[in-house]
Amino acid sequence: MYSFDFEKPSTVADAVAALGAEDAQALGGGQTLIPTLKQRLAAPSKLVSLSGIAEMQGVCVEDDGSLSIGGATTHATVAREAAATYPALAALAGQIGDPAVRNRGTIGGSVANNDPAACYPAGVLGSAATIVTNTRQIAADAFFEGMFTTALEEGEIITSIRFPVPQVASYQKFLQPASRFALVGVYLARFADGVRVTVTGASEDGVFRWSEAEEALNKEFRPDALMDLRINPANMIADLHGSKAYRAHLVSVMTKRAVEACM
Amino acid sequence: MKITMTVNGKAVSGDVEGRTLLSGFLREHLSLTGTHVGCDTAQCGACLVHVNGEAVKSCNMLAAEADGADVGTIEGQANADGSLNAIQQAFQDHHGLQCGFCTPGMVMSAAALLKENPRPTEAEIRKYLEGNLCRCTGYHNIVKAIMAASGQDVSSIAAE
Amino acid sequence: MPKDSGIGASSKRREDVRFLTGAGNYTDDINVHGQAYVHFLRSDIAHGRIKSVDTSAAEAMPGVVRVFTGKDFEGVGGMPCGWEVTDKHGAPMQEPPHPILAQGKVRHVGDPIAAIVADSLEQARDAAEAIDLDIEELPAVIDMKAAAQDDATLVHDDLKNNICYDWQLGETDDAKVDEVFANAAHVTTLDLVNNRLVANPMEPRVAVGEYKRGTDEYTLFTTSQNPHVIRLLMCAFVLGLPEHKVRVVAPDVGGGFGTKIFHYAEEAFCTFAAKACGRPVKWTSSRSEAFMSDAHGRDHVSKIELALDADNNFIGLRTNTYANLGAYLSTFSSSVPTWLHGTLMAGNYKTPVIQVNVKAMFTNTVPVDAYRGAGRPEATFQLERVVDKAARELGLDPIALRRQNFVTQFPYDTPVALTYDTGDYNGTMDKLEAAADLAGFAARKAESEANGKLRGLGINCYIEACGIAPSNIVGMLGARAGLYDAATVRVNATGSISVMVGAHSHGQGHETAFPQVVADMIGIDESMIEIVHGDTSKIPFGMGTYGSRSLAVCGSAMVKATEKVIEKAKKIAAHLLEASEADIELKDGQFSVAGTDKSVAWGDVTLTAYVPHNYPLEVEPGLEETAFYDPANFTFPAGAYACEVEVDPDTGQVSIEKFTAADDFGNIINPMIVDGQVHGGIGQGIGQALLENCAYDENGQLLSASYMDYAMPRADDVPFYGVDHSSQTPCTHNPLGVKGCGEAGAIGSPPAVVNAVLDALNSGGKAVDHIDMPVSPSRVWAAMNS
Repeated sequence: MYSFDFEKPSTVADAVAALGAEDAQALGGGQTLIPTLKQRLAAPSKLVSLSGIAEMQGVCVEDDGSLSIGGATTHATVAREAAATYPALAALAGQIGDPAVRNRGTIGGSVANNDPAACYPAGVLGSAATIVTNTRQIAADAFFEGMFTTALEEGEIITSIRFPVPQVASYQKFLQPASRFALVGVYLARFADGVRVTVTGASEDGVFRWSEAEEALNKEFRPDALMDLRINPANMIADLHGSKAYRAHLVSVMTKRAVEACM
Repeated sequence: MKITMTVNGKAVSGDVEGRTLLSGFLREHLSLTGTHVGCDTAQCGACLVHVNGEAVKSCNMLAAEADGADVGTIEGQANADGSLNAIQQAFQDHHGLQCGFCTPGMVMSAAALLKENPRPTEAEIRKYLEGNLCRCTGYHNIVKAIMAASGQDVSSIAAE
Repeated sequence: MPKDSGIGASSKRREDVRFLTGAGNYTDDINVHGQAYVHFLRSDIAHGRIKSVDTSAAEAMPGVVRVFTGKDFEGVGGMPCGWEVTDKHGAPMQEPPHPILAQGKVRHVGDPIAAIVADSLEQARDAAEAIDLDIEELPAVIDMKAAAQDDATLVHDDLKNNICYDWQLGETDDAKVDEVFANAAHVTTLDLVNNRLVANPMEPRVAVGEYKRGTDEYTLFTTSQNPHVIRLLMCAFVLGLPEHKVRVVAPDVGGGFGTKIFHYAEEAFCTFAAKACGRPVKWTSSRSEAFMSDAHGRDHVSKIELALDADNNFIGLRTNTYANLGAYLSTFSSSVPTWLHGTLMAGNYKTPVIQVNVKAMFTNTVPVDAYRGAGRPEATFQLERVVDKAARELGLDPIALRRQNFVTQFPYDTPVALTYDTGDYNGTMDKLEAAADLAGFAARKAESEANGKLRGLGINCYIEACGIAPSNIVGMLGARAGLYDAATVRVNATGSISVMVGAHSHGQGHETAFPQVVADMIGIDESMIEIVHGDTSKIPFGMGTYGSRSLAVCGSAMVKATEKVIEKAKKIAAHLLEASEADIELKDGQFSVAGTDKSVAWGDVTLTAYVPHNYPLEVEPGLEETAFYDPANFTFPAGAYACEVEVDPDTGQVSIEKFTAADDFGNIINPMIVDGQVHGGIGQGIGQALLENCAYDENGQLLSASYMDYAMPRADDVPFYGVDHSSQTPCTHNPLGVKGCGEAGAIGSPPAVVNAVLDALNSGGKAVDHIDMPVSPSRVWAAMNS
């Protein structure tokens, strides 16, 4: 690791101020950032830990029934505390990494990083969640801009994410056997006004909505509705662990399983 | 910067850089070399310790982040009289270790598991150990040892 | 009744206590006062010509002690290869130099170009970034068949081509082999790949070099399976140092699996640099560095053909293999695809005509050497896959076809240079059929199918040659070392015993199992015996631990030394008891005169040896004996494995539902440890079969360069294993009748897994002949849908 300064503010305002320094970077749980630093692939002048900010911690149900999760809330906390209100999202959080990683990794860190194979982006986009930052609110549909790219400005912090709770939802994750990120992960959420289907792990462009599947399921919410649907393999990722065609196939299988799980 | 924490019940402090990892602080500043480093991508779990009672990969956490924390390492696991605790004893009784390198992380992980799930099933144990790699045992006797440590009868499980 | 101590007892491991309490002493736990740290600047391209390496800016960086490049090592030797293979035309293998730091060219991603020694590791890394490299990139030689072409780019410019050797074993008359195949009633042919693996012991490699100017003595602490071999190679071939001035210590070592046998450049570097810098020098590999600097394993591409007569007897076998050696010859790399592979091609079968052909290739990849099983898994995989395919093609029961062709008469001379001393392959198969409940398979299959899964059963047999090895034989075959081992039994005055052994324990439990043997021989408690290993200054000599040899070879030396001790102790006892030496019996730690009630205790005799007041004049005081043991033959563990898998037809995901191993290891000292060895081997074999794949792209970039892409088996990838070791035909030529158990699981399991997957697919109506390992979901799905 290159040398850097470390700061651990206790308020969002202080964190924003600290991030004003040149090449300062926010530190969530560090479960991706620290390995990156070890490889010397990043050289921040200062890391600003968000783990000491009480207002960014925890899971709570808002008056409108939506679930608000503080940006610095760990995956383990979400898995535990969202289980009653939003079981599918809690289940997703409980499938990220491994127990020790879940005790450190945070929702804000994961969503801000937007790894193309991460789980949370599928849950956030699939839930039509709202990303709340220190300056604004961003709809999930406008947030994810391609792999490792988001609508966040420099120094902008995800303070919380607000999830409308669907009638029913399911996350189906097919493991990449080495990293145990998603080789393909499909999040399906059924709201009163329609179904959302999001896919992670599969595309060069990061998380995306599979609109054809959404349309088909809006017409008829059962596994067979997907029968003739195939996703175009052209934009899929091809690597050691699966070809484009295989990933495209898995998108269909995982989506069908998500529907079955919601029946 | 100066940090202080409690490690295995004792107050400790040290001067660290921002980039000092918790694993480095334990191993190099405190000479607690039972915590091992087996990878650099947070997969192997040999460095697993407890921070405020939770399992954490110490090579993937800055020492500064543990300032003020209560940290538990393998060196603090034995009973007060120095004898092996129930998990350690089960690992010895059921040959749950060979080269011993992953073992501190396995024991710490098992302790965290049994704290939240005192009688885990075989499948729950295997799932929980997702972040702990062992290259020697094929996991058979590790899983068996954890089942035994949780008071379950393992006599019907094949082999020693 | 299981015994509770001595030979045959599952004694709990005494070494566990230190490992379980964080009190182990691994090499990275060792810090020497004043040490500096080295960082190796490694090539990020596969092949290139070094035009210049400018270190001047780096040398001026803070904390930098010294920067080394290949030029600093022009006066010393390169890394040696310990085995000279002679090709089929009688010529020695091509043996290119392997410098400590790259000279002239870089030849693989990870090839070290410069070494920066600094006060801290981060300072060394900072300085590495200031080194100005001018390297002209050359085309990478990656594909082995392309590398063998006449117009291929040369990995080593001074060699005539990229073929290290073109080797043959077995029938030399091609026409005779052709005739066997022409006359066959059936021929089964299979093309297959034995996937490249990375051994991945959980402890990365570490080296700490120290030099004492006052006494001109060096100490190297290193993560090695064989410290004496490292000292010998480093002193005699690399640095030209006198062995008596060099101490090599391998303390607690966190797993080896073969990859810590070899003498590595980093070890020689740290030893050399400690003197050159006037400070101890420490290197700790990161896992990412390990992927590009630890020797890899396997990586064979083979075509195998099996000829059967009309009665389904195996009548001929021919294999053609390309074996990847990587960019340089690692210590034992040349022996792996040849004498450790070709010689095992007979397997458990009495095939009369066998021809094995191996072309060993240089490529721009990390050197490839022994990994758990070393050559024997590659042989077994080919043979057992082709036998399985033959059974399917002929509509035969795969177990019946195997049984029909088993060797049943011993000793048996194979057509590929070995003599199996003993075995009972049908008996072991009987054990497997019972232990694996093969009779219940149909019901389990029906249950899986009811859950929408395909279920398959895979059978595999294996034999391996262990207890490596008779020195005179391996010498004839090209080994540049003897493969005996040594032990010193030092009896202390109070009767406790230190046994200094040349074998090194890095998970095998020698500290527990070896004392069980000595305790039994003398009749004293195991706790009175301590094993000392891993330090050249403390033990007489030793060739180390690999090839399932520790107990069979070093254990035999320990038995011989203990026998000498007992012989001498009997002389002392005879004197004390005023009896004839011939009448002295040793039992339960008591020397007694046969037929009388006169006796003297072990401890009284040992005390007398060191306080020789009342003592036989012709006997030297003291009680310490050393023995060297050179085995008369290899040992031949053998076994039969059964694997049951479920395949998810939607995704191609394979899960191991049941795995059973029946092994014949001869006599067993500690059943608990033996079972554990088999578990671990099976875990690694399942890893190879389903998960692990070390892959390069066409430019020689390592695609699986960390645990993010190299899939290690985890606890939820494997089931509980059934193991049965009740089939026991003791080795006929070593004193304990033991054969070795360390590699069996890794040899026997990959074909069982792949055979099971193919059985699942074929019985599920998908005609699939073969899937290369790892049998990943994507490959299974592709095979099902091709």
